[in-house]
Amino acid sequence: MRVALFITCFNDLLFPEVGRATVRLLRRLGVDVAFPEEQTCCGQMHFNTGYRDACVPLVERFTRTFAGFDGVVTPSASCAAMVRGHHPVVAAEAGDAGLERAVGEVAPRVHELTEFLVDVLGVEDVGAEFPERVAYHPTCHSLRLLRVGDRPQRLLRAVRGLELVDLAGADECCGFGGTFAVKNADTSVAMGGDKIDAVRASGASILTSADTSCLLHLGGLLSRARTPVRTMHLVEILASGGAPA
Amino acid sequence: MTDPGPVRPLPAPSFRGTPPFPEAARRALADDQLRTNLRRATMTIRTKRQRAVDERADWEALRVAGAAIKDDVLARLPELLVELESNVTAAGGVVHWARDAAEANRIVADLVRAAGASEVVKVKSMVTQEIELNDALARAGIAAWETDLAELIVQLGDDLPSHILVPAIHRNRSEIRDIFRRAMGGAGRPAPAGLSDEPRALAEAARLHLREKFLRARVAISGANFAVAETGTVMVVESEGNGRMCLTLPEVLITVMGIEKVVPAWRDLEVFLQLLPRSSTAERMNPYTSMWTGVTPGDGPRAFHLVLLDNGRTDTLSDRTGRQALRCIKCSACLNVCPVYERTGGRAYGSPYPGPIGAILTPQLRGIARHPVDAQTASLPYASSLCGACFDVCPVRIDIPEVLIHLRGQVVRQHGWRARIGSDEALLMAGLGATFRSPRRLAAAERGAGLAGRLIARGGRIGRWPAPGMLGRWLRFRDLRAPARRSFRAWWRSTGSGEGQGQ
Repeated sequence: MRVALFITCFNDLLFPEVGRATVRLLRRLGVDVAFPEEQTCCGQMHFNTGYRDACVPLVERFTRTFAGFDGVVTPSASCAAMVRGHHPVVAAEAGDAGLERAVGEVAPRVHELTEFLVDVLGVEDVGAEFPERVAYHPTCHSLRLLRVGDRPQRLLRAVRGLELVDLAGADECCGFGGTFAVKNADTSVAMGGDKIDAVRASGASILTSADTSCLLHLGGLLSRARTPVRTMHLVEILASGGAPA
Repeated sequence: MTDPGPVRPLPAPSFRGTPPFPEAARRALADDQLRTNLRRATMTIRTKRQRAVDERADWEALRVAGAAIKDDVLARLPELLVELESNVTAAGGVVHWARDAAEANRIVADLVRAAGASEVVKVKSMVTQEIELNDALARAGIAAWETDLAELIVQLGDDLPSHILVPAIHRNRSEIRDIFRRAMGGAGRPAPAGLSDEPRALAEAARLHLREKFLRARVAISGANFAVAETGTVMVVESEGNGRMCLTLPEVLITVMGIEKVVPAWRDLEVFLQLLPRSSTAERMNPYTSMWTGVTPGDGPRAFHLVLLDNGRTDTLSDRTGRQALRCIKCSACLNVCPVYERTGGRAYGSPYPGPIGAILTPQLRGIARHPVDAQTASLPYASSLCGACFDVCPVRIDIPEVLIHLRGQVVRQHGWRARIGSDEALLMAGLGATFRSPRRLAAAERGAGLAGRLIARGGRIGRWPAPGMLGRWLRFRDLRAPARRSFRAWWRSTGSGEGQGQ
């Protein structure tokens, strides 16, 4: 199976280790993974902030770049939701029938990482070992746009040595919300403050999620509050240990 | 009843002048009491609603049915409204058509004057808040008395409502006691001496205060939850019974109704009377459901007037994506689950329609589909983290996040890329847009960002730093992880497809 990695602009610049861990994990599971270098951004930030015209060339580029692969895997629930849910909208609005057709081909083959592992590869135990107390933050877009359900938790529970702790109010938004974090910074931080209070109360040493965007916000709050809880993308946990699956 | 003498209308505060959402929210967030009251109230009602909804195995089917009925109504609104008009008229009612708030207010004031009244009792109604009817009546010398307990608290407190269902949700009981003690005397019967903050005592004080008004008033004003086109029947649902007092005791009843409230047939109510109570008060059925068809000699009001209000609704209807907001049955479930509303409260939205539904309804009623809107209105579609909790609970499946994003597109289009929505944002969007159009430019930008990060970061983090604009608004509260020294794409290339797994 020939699979392309969609790293996302966010991870490319800020969290390259998440991309490296994704490559390591997928190869360990026997997946032939490529990184098409023509990729840039899915356009989510422009789309969600109202700059819809700017999305059209980004959707065209995405569709062109990832055409011809059996599947596309991305370590971002939010970007996967943008491609699957909103690329068809952008294409339809652009009034370009060719683009609409192309998006219709490519977008459904984009998988968020935990969906790919559980649904396509059919694995829950990826052979990882990670002896830490971990709290999982189910991001809004993984929960309510992609509906990944408990796939991430099933993957985490299979990790040797890992203790998955309860996070109070887990399904409530952390307040990141893309440009919401700076356009409504006070409200964003009020929401994030309650979330990190819950993280502290959980007793976890690691906070993980399927999106680094929320973790950038929560990690920034934890760091400012000098809280010794580290943030890690879920794939970094799943890629650790290294026992072949 | 003794003549109360000339009645003096209470002042009716307005949402006009509310600053844009970020600023209004900042002020609300500083109020610790408000946040405590809101959190407690929304958490309680959220849990209860879930329980009430979980009782119904067919909840999803009900939602789909509710949405379908409303979409059908919106698709053939003109014919349904004419059918409603003819059936109301045949039953002895009088139908008036109002293009906007000013027209509706004038019609109502003229009707009150024609009845020879200088005061009215009011059933809780959102639409009369929308058109600021109380203020218009006060300017015409007519006192409008709110009779819903929470609306009474808001009115006596010279306050603005902060929730669709529970307008005084921002008040706790000791604040309510203080308001009653201070203000009841100026509006009629004063609060009993030594009033405590026990809920029972507060309810009794309100009962005594309101009873006088119910018995005296000759005109009542209501909104409508539904109006059945095939029979001309108008319906109000409520919890207290105060609404029914207004609907039955006075001689003249005036109902102001948004045109989207019409439903085709009686059987449609079967769906909405299951969806609405469970979504709004978490009850299987609301305690009082009042229905009337025109007038009935010897029973209830002798005259009935129905004012059908547009006020931006046909503009909203013209927007293919935005029109779903008109399905709203004003249950307020979206407010109760909204993490933004929970922290800012309703008044920050600068409209009687707060929360997620307000963020999509208010801009549309104010005409965003037709013309550029003011800065406060333009800020409303951005008053959301797009978490999606609102869509999940909406009983008529309004995809609120989808409409929010759609309206953001209208704001940007109307104001232009460089204009009022914050120039650093428009600049950033333009810059990133150009960067993302070329992987080469992106790689170069990443190298630049990595270098800049190294200059200002300490231990991989950028801490407190007086940066301007959006970066400053991030760093004021949060550290920022520094851009990577080597981006993923640079690593991929330098390691030859990551084969060496060089870290």
